[in-house]
Amino acid sequence: MEGMSTIVKKVSQLVAGIIFMYGIYIILHGHLTPGGGFAGGAIIAGAFILLILAFGSSALNLKKEVAGSSNTESVAILMVVILAIMSLLMGIKVFFTNFLPKGEPGTLLSAGVIPLYNIFIGIEVAGAILTIFLALVIFKEESSK
Amino acid sequence: MELTISIILGFMIIGAIYAIHAKDLLSAVIAMGIVGYGLVICFLLLKAPDLAIVQIVIETITLVIMVAVVLDSTRKELELPFDRKSLVNMVTGFVIFAGLFYFFLHAIEHLDPLGMHSLRMAEPYVNGAVELTGSINLVTGVLFDFRAYDTLGEAVILYTAALGALTLLRMKGKKTV
Repeated sequence: MEGMSTIVKKVSQLVAGIIFMYGIYIILHGHLTPGGGFAGGAIIAGAFILLILAFGSSALNLKKEVAGSSNTESVAILMVVILAIMSLLMGIKVFFTNFLPKGEPGTLLSAGVIPLYNIFIGIEVAGAILTIFLALVIFKEESSK
Repeated sequence: MELTISIILGFMIIGAIYAIHAKDLLSAVIAMGIVGYGLVICFLLLKAPDLAIVQIVIETITLVIMVAVVLDSTRKELELPFDRKSLVNMVTGFVIFAGLFYFFLHAIEHLDPLGMHSLRMAEPYVNGAVELTGSINLVTGVLFDFRAYDTLGEAVILYTAALGALTLLRMKGKKTV
């Protein structure tokens, strides 16, 4: 898969950073505004997919990329489970308890562990969608050889 | 609002029917886009922005992948001959549709009007979520506190899907090397 023209490359370079920041905003404000881990993770994966489509797969080392994204999503889903097990050890001993202090509702640092779950679920969703896309790209590259 | 949603649903049904019968697979994929983006507008009208954000992003990514697949393989729809087997299939489908529609008409007599459901289960969630979870966004509070097992299941399903795609697609590639 080869890249597109210079105009497309430049515009996607400019836009991808803004989309990435918007995804991080959606994830971090998941407990205050609409959105959350799933929506923000999909937006972050969209930013990466935009760059890959504009620059073509020849611009990056596909094996390294797919190893990185699958490792990232594995670590993120492991962190979600570790956070859930941590609530077995602290506070009331129930799986998935909100063991951190709740704080004042409406501020950014509130709602206990919910923002942490949002962050790791967001990383997991972004890594999973990017891994599926990269697997399709690698399949096309290897079958066209 | 019911009228607007009915018009959008009509467009979505027309798009879905066109997607089935289109001779060009690329226009079938674009017609499927009508269904997805119409669903986004329905979610926004029904005041569900959380779902609308997810739906619009996933629909766009899926459309990009589907267009890439169609451009890479073939744009022609398979030509199937019309024989007795397809006639039996059509009659069976129509009979099942008529039966389900009959029971649907009987079932909706006992339902509340659109958007006016009685909230027996959800009442404690809606009223006590801010005190119990500390999260202003009710959807996130339900997803990560009351229904955290569901969220873990969804995340594990996505993880398994990524691993499955990686395994299946890489095995085919490795065999040719």
